[in-house]
Amino acid sequence: MKICVLMKQVASEDSPLSISNNIIDKASLNLVTNEPDSYALEEALLIKEKTNGEVTICTLGPESSQQVIKDGLAKGADKAIHIICDNTETMSSLDIAKIITKKIQNENFDLIFSGLQSNDYGFAQLGIIISELLDYSNACLVMGTEINENKLKIKKELENGWFQWSELKLPASLSIQSGINQPRYATLKGIMSVKNKPVDKIDFSELGLSLNAGYTIDEISIPQKSKQTQMIEGEVDDIVSQLTDILKNKIKVS
Amino acid sequence: MKILVYIESTNNKIHPVSLESLVAAQKISESNGAEVHAVIFNTNLIDALSNYKLDGLITPDNEELIYYHPLLYLEAFNQINLKYKPNLFIFGHTYETRDWVPRLSAKLDIPFISDCVDIKYSDKITVNRPIYQAKLAQKLSITSEQAIISFQAGSFSADDINRGVCNSNSESFDLSSVVDTINMGERFQESSGGVDLSSAEFIVSVGRGIGKEENIPIAENLADKINAQIGSSRPVVDAGWLDHSRQIGSSGQVVSPKLYFALGISGAIQHLVGMKGSKQIIAISKDKNAPIFEIADYAVVGDLLEIIPKLTDNL
Ligand SMILES: Cc1cc2nc3c(=O)[nH]c(=O)nc-3n(C[C@H](O)[C@H](O)[C@H](O)COP(=O)(O)OP(=O)(O)OC[C@H]3O[C@@H](n4cnc5c(N)ncnc54)[C@H](O)[C@@H]3O)c2cc1C
Ligand SMILES: Nc1ncnc2c1ncn2[C@@H]1O[C@H](COP(=O)(O)O)[C@@H](O)[C@H]1O
Repeated sequence: MKICVLMKQVASEDSPLSISNNIIDKASLNLVTNEPDSYALEEALLIKEKTNGEVTICTLGPESSQQVIKDGLAKGADKAIHIICDNTETMSSLDIAKIITKKIQNENFDLIFSGLQSNDYGFAQLGIIISELLDYSNACLVMGTEINENKLKIKKELENGWFQWSELKLPASLSIQSGINQPRYATLKGIMSVKNKPVDKIDFSELGLSLNAGYTIDEISIPQKSKQTQMIEGEVDDIVSQLTDILKNKIKVS
Repeated sequence: MKILVYIESTNNKIHPVSLESLVAAQKISESNGAEVHAVIFNTNLIDALSNYKLDGLITPDNEELIYYHPLLYLEAFNQINLKYKPNLFIFGHTYETRDWVPRLSAKLDIPFISDCVDIKYSDKITVNRPIYQAKLAQKLSITSEQAIISFQAGSFSADDINRGVCNSNSESFDLSSVVDTINMGERFQESSGGVDLSSAEFIVSVGRGIGKEENIPIAENLADKINAQIGSSRPVVDAGWLDHSRQIGSSGQVVSPKLYFALGISGAIQHLVGMKGSKQIIAISKDKNAPIFEIADYAVVGDLLEIIPKLTDNL
């Protein structure tokens, strides 16, 4: 079983965000692996262990996204594809999908895994678009996988607490929901092994695609607060006494 | 301009976010005269739309479209596109939309701008969408001839729908070319069990900001002190720190207690939809830009690990 895991580097949840001229200051961001993608990688590694398969990480992003590749290889992926590109934030999901597809189309992956959505731009699309471009079957919000011979059964999360088991023909592209597994940590041995694993690096411009997002980004802003919120700030003791007063006298907890 | 709104059905009812999408389309139509068409695949529900102002309602002859199937829907939309060529397709940003509309974007080779919260028209269409976990917002203008957008639940109010005349046109789709690589199984619900939080008076809710499983008692001690139930965000359940029946949000329970005390929860939309009906919300987060503060009555900027144990002692 040949599995490709799409992984992206994003700003960590606690990165300071500052904007000037409708551009986010990238220098101040603390860059990490998109957390939802670690569930996709873990599911791929579990299947690799069961089927004697091979896991390739594929990321499109700047040089710094090597970190994503190193982390993934340390956890047990076998190799990686790094498509270098500095300005993914102005690209449409469709354009990003076209670039990645062009690069991986001859690899004949049986499975392509992606995370549910990227924590920065959150389009929740990439893996599903690629399923169409490569003519793969697809499913999103996958909460369970079972593979027997060439039969793939998946459990999908639906709305309002419903689920559904479905059968997909391979090859398939799945976007994985959080909570499907418990992502592993890298071991020391894993970390040591990284330098021996192959990374295929290519600049996206070499793929010779003509791209056009179909939209322009006019503005990036900090959302305005619409509700009257009472801000409680200050020293810990001060906060504690204000909260005590609110709980006892305003909300009247017992 | 021509706009096409997809009306999704779930459990034989119209999905509320589809009606909200229709409001968005009607709003654009009021400013630029766009034709608004809708598509509904569940023919049992056609009557429910008959009083809405629509230039056309497309309904299928094909029975197999009543139940969701990504590849059949894709082919039907491909044929709708050939015949109607809408400039804008509008969907609710539902689980189903996530499952197949990105494919439609690829098939028609047009952009899909997902999870929008507002739309305006002044010589071109502009949309707003949250980015960076709703800590920032971006405004985009559509420049392509055709595009797809989807709206987050709650972006518009279905009460604002314009009523009027609607003609339905039945279409028969040739779906014989669809190679069936996806066999959709039965839908089921997992036995619920666990706690029912819907009638809780006070809830202390734990988010990822609690840091680690060993810190959960910090929340439990506070909850004991004020007779509250424990709730949580999804990552806390995913990590196995609390049982699934504690999860609040779009894939958990919907609650409306007198007090919702959010500890280290950032306020993603999927969490907010489960608790925004709470009477009073106190939220504590280290991050003064956390979106949860947008809906909180009291916003505490600080470290919960320092503040909450002291607060519990003080009560
Ligand atoms: C289809 C779908 C369904 C989903 N369903 C749900 C659902 O039902 N429920 C749900 O909750 N989520 C759901 N999610 C996930 C949701 O998008 C968010 O990822 C999730 O709600 C984030 O949880 P959180 O706020 O606990 O964590 P984070 O977003 O990581 O926020 C943690 C917060 O804690 C703060 N913090 C950190 N340390 C401290 C400290 N020491 N003291 C004080 N504050 C601190 C941080 O500043 C931050 O504000 C769903 C997502 C999708 C796509
Ligand atoms: N630039 C990228 N490189 C590799 N994978 C990506 C990239 N962008 C998105 N993905 C994958 O696609 C998923 C959905 O992302 P998105 O459509 O951007 O919300 C992510 O969770 C990743 O698995």
